[in-house]
Amino acid sequence: MRTTVVFYSLAVLFALCAPFLGIYPVFMMKLLCFAMFACAYNLLLGFSGMLSFGHAAFFGSAAYATAWLVTAHGWGTVPAILAGVLAAAVLGLVIGALAIRRHGIYFAMITLGLAQLVYFVCLEAPFTGGENGLQGVPRGSLFAIVPLKSDITMYYLVLVVFLAVFVFIRRVIHSPFGQILKAIRDNEPRAISLGYEINRYKLVAFVLSATLAGLAGSLKALVLGFVTLSDVLQENSGEVILMTLVGGTGTFIGPAVGAAIIVTLQEYLSDIVGGWVTVIIGAVFVICVLVFRRGIVGELAALRGHRWREPQDVAGVGR
Amino acid sequence: MKPGMLALGILAALAAGVHPQAAAAADQIVIGDIDDFSGVYADVAGSGAVEAVKMAIEDFGGSVLGRKIVLLSADHQNKPDIGASKFREWADQNGLNVLLGGSNTGVSIAMAKVAAAKQIPFFAIGAGGASLTNEDCTAYSVHYAYDTTALANGTATTIVKNGGKTWFYLTADYAFGTQLQTAASKVVESNGGRNIGAVRVPLGASDFSSFLLQAQGSGAQVLGLANAGTDFSNSLKAANEFGITHKMKPAALLAFLTDIHSLGLQTAQGLYLTTGWYWDLNEQTRSFGKRYFAKMKRMPTMDQSGYYSATLTYLKAVKATGTTDSAKVMAELKKMKINDIFTQNGYIRADGVMIHDMFVMQVKSPKESKYPWDYYRLVKQMPGEEAFGPITGLCPLARK
Amino acid sequence: MTEILGVPVAVILGQLMLGLVNGSFYALLSLGLAVIFGLMGVVNFAHGAFYALGAFAALLGLQWLGINYWAALVLAPLAVGVVGVVCERLLLRRLRGLDPLYGLLLTFGLALVIEGCLQERFGASGQTYPVPAALEGAFNLGFMILPVYRGWVIVVSIAVCFSTWFIIERTRLGATLRAATENAPLLQAFGVNVPLIVALTYGGGVALAALAGVLSAPIILVSAHMGSSLVIVVFAVVVIGGMGSILGSIVSGLMLGVVEGFTKVLYPEASNVVIFVVMALVLILRPAGLFGKE
Repeated sequence: MRTTVVFYSLAVLFALCAPFLGIYPVFMMKLLCFAMFACAYNLLLGFSGMLSFGHAAFFGSAAYATAWLVTAHGWGTVPAILAGVLAAAVLGLVIGALAIRRHGIYFAMITLGLAQLVYFVCLEAPFTGGENGLQGVPRGSLFAIVPLKSDITMYYLVLVVFLAVFVFIRRVIHSPFGQILKAIRDNEPRAISLGYEINRYKLVAFVLSATLAGLAGSLKALVLGFVTLSDVLQENSGEVILMTLVGGTGTFIGPAVGAAIIVTLQEYLSDIVGGWVTVIIGAVFVICVLVFRRGIVGELAALRGHRWREPQDVAGVGR
Repeated sequence: MKPGMLALGILAALAAGVHPQAAAAADQIVIGDIDDFSGVYADVAGSGAVEAVKMAIEDFGGSVLGRKIVLLSADHQNKPDIGASKFREWADQNGLNVLLGGSNTGVSIAMAKVAAAKQIPFFAIGAGGASLTNEDCTAYSVHYAYDTTALANGTATTIVKNGGKTWFYLTADYAFGTQLQTAASKVVESNGGRNIGAVRVPLGASDFSSFLLQAQGSGAQVLGLANAGTDFSNSLKAANEFGITHKMKPAALLAFLTDIHSLGLQTAQGLYLTTGWYWDLNEQTRSFGKRYFAKMKRMPTMDQSGYYSATLTYLKAVKATGTTDSAKVMAELKKMKINDIFTQNGYIRADGVMIHDMFVMQVKSPKESKYPWDYYRLVKQMPGEEAFGPITGLCPLARK
Repeated sequence: MTEILGVPVAVILGQLMLGLVNGSFYALLSLGLAVIFGLMGVVNFAHGAFYALGAFAALLGLQWLGINYWAALVLAPLAVGVVGVVCERLLLRRLRGLDPLYGLLLTFGLALVIEGCLQERFGASGQTYPVPAALEGAFNLGFMILPVYRGWVIVVSIAVCFSTWFIIERTRLGATLRAATENAPLLQAFGVNVPLIVALTYGGGVALAALAGVLSAPIILVSAHMGSSLVIVVFAVVVIGGMGSILGSIVSGLMLGVVEGFTKVLYPEASNVVIFVVMALVLILRPAGLFGKE
């Protein structure tokens, strides 16, 4: 227990010092946003056992909402973020309510289909700027007091939010609610027989996951200063699945690690190998699925003797 | 959660290692190239453009003001995020002096905003959107090679004057396609023609047959293809197949040499298109073309030779002002005359457009083509002012 | 000219024809997917990549080996089928018995690898494949001109689809295949080489995708990513038809091609997404799909 605390403190300390160690703050912020996105996604996949194929819809719609409110209507930073998060939550409620009725691959396909619809709306709606997206989104200031233009200031804000989200997810999973989610994941019929209204739990988990993904999206829009269609593309959904898988579903820090790896790979590898990045990422996917199913963190956990559960029927397809 | 911490720790160490403190690069001139190396525009600019820039650096002497010229390149994968982030990173970490690039209008607009924020000159080459020098203009962006206004003025005017009065558009449903259609429609009307209708096709549609059928049903004389890349090639192919090209004249509002090469002259013959440059125009362009061909085994497109010219132009400006200070260099750029293999009497206007002659071409038939890459017949050479039109006043830097 | 909903009848009929052409592609592709899913439980995300491979096999066969279209119709699916069998043996086999999620993710990664390699080697622009001489020209149907080749596509697709359905549902071979899905150990106890059957099934499903690729090569440019946007639509088709049902996917494929065709006339911008709207509706109203078994 004590060593865990020590490790966590070291990690946080490192993160706090990172800008001064010469690491490019914008890169770190992008990494943190995607780590947040992956952690939010894992809430759904790893802990609730639902594979969604369209999570980019929440990430992207919140990003668009925030960016639009800031650029077209001059909203303040914090209200805009909150609005973006709210948008993602509402969208999560709608899509979740439609998708929850089905299991496994059907659930995944519904989320995929509905995410495509969201993409279509983002493409056609007049205020989203279509293919060009929304550009030149200013960061504004925190509560109208602290200006966020400086990369370093913004970095600390994003870091704080990430830590808060991380701690929040941990609390949720360790709570009775989280226990029930895990029970539903592991053995749904049993959970039903115990009298739980599983659909309601699943929906709450879905909305939570969507909301946090939206938070990641809103922040990303402010960090980088723009939102484009790639934020709601199918590819983005695929990437977050990859991040979670590579890091380790069912672990807490796994998705963050996975996000760090994938974002770093994309950033630096494309300089070196150009178009082969896609092939490499595909190969990473394949290798992970074949031999690294527990993900990096999962594998390390197994090495240290922690118990690991093979997700028996995560997608619920079941033969 | 110790294993997680361990993993994170390893990663952190790696990250710190991977990111050395940025070299101040005071003794270098850093030229950046961010373009599409792996997607639909990879053949139009891509690695060929990098080669062209290298040729320009070589021709200039490899250094300016006693500083060595260094070239960085990156693939934006047609994503504004990646393009803008890379630009910002090079500006913050690598001492970037000038950026060339784009191809994709959306990405170019994003990069133009970064150029304004970081105050670094940006040559947008390959992107069509005229908004780059109108609503989206900045004090630091230059729009080279061509834009949607010039394309429309070239192709549409020629076709209307040749009898193609009524138009139906097949438009790629995104900002670029729409801008192209709007520009062409205006030109058609001002020349006495009529726009009968248009159909907006999702970007990247694989099958155009239904849309083409609608076009045919409209009874228009001209089929205006307001799209680019594979959309353009696929739609033209289908138009041929369905016999539509017998009744309607196809108008390529944007087509590159590489598109014609992919399609083949059998399919593309007779097509009218407008280009900012062609390798077989004169002795100068031919020698550049052959030099390029020796390295790349294909003839350069207007974008690739645009990269060559833009690089030379920038370096000449730096030499003339004796500094890399962006404001001074931009001022010089807007004063100087551009005279190289790309154009004879080009200049950069206040809103950032590089005004130069445009060429309306017709694609040759297989019989007319005498040697490899002999694809175009010159129909008309349009003076720059006519092609790019007057200042619209939409850019704050260039009031009417 | 008579009109329905403001659109001339001739145009509607024309769009119907074209919708059938597209529908035949959807049917052929979703058939392969349905076979693989129905008999193996694997959601093959790499289907679009194999479709592209089929088209490339035909193209390269022509450019490098001088193999003409007719030979390519047989050889390309065969070649790609072999690749599929190899993939199954080396990769998918290791995931037998695990959560089907992994099969899905593996094929997703496989698709990235295949398409990435094709792009690196052949560029992004795409290349033309000529229409075979015997199929050039067009029929004048009165309400539209239908290129002979497109008519041919409809005929071949429907023929292949229904023969496949017939083989699986009505013959002994098909019965063996279906038995392998339901109770592999028992079947193996009867002396049937089940692993071989599974490998051949994957190869077969993938070969169907490759056939679709060869058929489409003369129509659209052969490029590395030709299958990637198509595969998502085909998934929607399979889901609408009912994931285990062969007949369902054939019928839905054809039907949805027609629906898409009409959308192109009435509201063209939405033609890319109308299938997803239909999918969402079907899944809400009839969760198992139109022909599904649950």
